[in-house]
Amino acid sequence: MSPSTTKSALLRGVRASLPFIIVIIPFAMLFGVAATEAGLPIAQVMGFTVLVIAGASQFTALQFMIDNAPVLVILASALAVNLRMAMYSAAITPYLGDQPLWKRALLSYILVDQTYNLAIIDYEQRPDQTVAQRTAFFFGCALPIVPLWIGFTWVGAALGGQIPPEYGLDFALPIAFLAMVAPALRTLAHIAAAVTSVVLALMLGFIPLNLGLLMAAVIAMMVGAEVERRMA
Amino acid sequence: MNYSDATVWWIIAALGVGTFLIRFSFLGLIGSRPMPPWVLRHLRYTSVAILPGLVAPLVVFPAATDGVPDIARLLAATVTIVIGYKTKGVVRAMLGGAITLFVVQFLLG
Repeated sequence: MSPSTTKSALLRGVRASLPFIIVIIPFAMLFGVAATEAGLPIAQVMGFTVLVIAGASQFTALQFMIDNAPVLVILASALAVNLRMAMYSAAITPYLGDQPLWKRALLSYILVDQTYNLAIIDYEQRPDQTVAQRTAFFFGCALPIVPLWIGFTWVGAALGGQIPPEYGLDFALPIAFLAMVAPALRTLAHIAAAVTSVVLALMLGFIPLNLGLLMAAVIAMMVGAEVERRMA
Repeated sequence: MNYSDATVWWIIAALGVGTFLIRFSFLGLIGSRPMPPWVLRHLRYTSVAILPGLVAPLVVFPAATDGVPDIARLLAATVTIVIGYKTKGVVRAMLGGAITLFVVQFLLG
């Protein structure tokens, strides 16, 4: 395995991930702004972004914290949002599973929506790559994304405290969620799950401790899976 | 938000460790092994099952207006969903929603 082919795989990963920069920057800033507006000090905002690096679940935890939900409910909901990553982990294991444990741990840390989606496409298109090349590509994908996610969260957090409330910043969080969800409504099953989630969440809002939302989510997930099964 | 500093740090730490373990699950612990189809089928819908329900009350009963439904916020949410759904563009959807909110708030004074 020559170093030059590993290097070119790394550069290919960097290039492939460049279009995502335009998504990462506003999203990261939005989390920084929203978390600061919610009252978190900058150290905790950065703690979220560095330790969790999963936008949707960070926004979820933040919203539950604004609602003063119990800690266990916050954790259950935010982790449930990340469960899809178990599916990612399973999907990349045949390609990267031969690496030593510490490299697999590092790869797991940077396993996010973007790196997963880019890597799987690349691995399928170029089946002859070595494990080292696949790993280089994966790190290449993360190279622009992860530092920008962290850096622009900081920018957002620094700006957040200076924006006056009449600019409607309270609505940054709902808009971020909706912008994340709408493109994910690819099939009838996704739409069925989303509609179930909305209707039940509004109906079960009276249940204390935000448990109504958790119930709505579990039922909505089952509805999505069932619609998919019947359409197949 | 009424959590002590220590509690917030516990939440961040638990979420960080939990998320890492989800990512590490197959790659680091279980290894290459096919998952039953019904599990995969449910995992596919976790995000779209939670996020819409989370956001619905924020859109319909915004805290900023003391829970009274507000035309600017309802329109902004609608524009965000329509653009996101039609174009699949996350940034376009965010910008469309934000511009709608500002324009309608400005027009209604």
